[in-house]
Amino acid sequence: MKYSYKVPCKKEKLRDIRSFLKQILDKHGLSEIDASTLVLAIDEVCANLIIHSHNCNAKESIELEVVVKGDSGIIFNIIDKSEIFDISEYVEPKLEDIIKKQRKGGLGLILVKRIMDDIEIIREPHKNICRLTKNIKVI
Amino acid sequence: MVDVKRIQENNYDLITIVGEVDASSSIELDTALSEALASGHKSFLVDCTSLEYISSAGLGVFMSYIEDIKKNNVKLVLYGLNEKVANVFEILGLDQLLSIKKDKEEAKLEL
Repeated sequence: MKYSYKVPCKKEKLRDIRSFLKQILDKHGLSEIDASTLVLAIDEVCANLIIHSHNCNAKESIELEVVVKGDSGIIFNIIDKSEIFDISEYVEPKLEDIIKKQRKGGLGLILVKRIMDDIEIIREPHKNICRLTKNIKVI
Repeated sequence: MVDVKRIQENNYDLITIVGEVDASSSIELDTALSEALASGHKSFLVDCTSLEYISSAGLGVFMSYIEDIKKNNVKLVLYGLNEKVANVFEILGLDQLLSIKKDKEEAKLEL
């Protein structure tokens, strides 16, 4: 089963992205806690792209694709025409350093790496795909 | 999407967060916490019973004040986190760095 959703790059759209995902994950029988954790990871990646890659330019958009594969889990593809930062190469900063420097950012990608089982960046001629995989049983 | 209120109750300030704190609304939490800490008051309870969602943007706000809280001998205790919100704090280990209690009664004992 495949679902897709295209959204303009506005921070206010993050809420819509979350409801779109929640609906799908509920439908496929995920527990509330598992669903909310996955929604969080996707929210983080989308927020990152909308804010840092697109400067919240509502004329630009990103696309989200959810592929539910039953026993083998769920794949989330976040498709963007602009460059996607390779999360898999992101080196987690130490929490103590973030606290000391009183930084507010830098936590999102840590969450994504801790929540997802696999992170892959696929570069195609006219688009880049951030593919996040969660090995979880779904119906 | 998020509403943050602060009222004085007895010997502490009660900060209530209602709604969702994400990248688009974390600034409101940040402003409210910054104003609260700038008030010079030393004891705060943060009511999270109506906090429906928090992303890293919101967690980052709490983290950015940990140093100030320590330095200024401020007590800030969160309570009433629902299971989903508590889980986000736990994934990052923030539950070990912030004072988090089950309910208001327990939280008050920490002050």
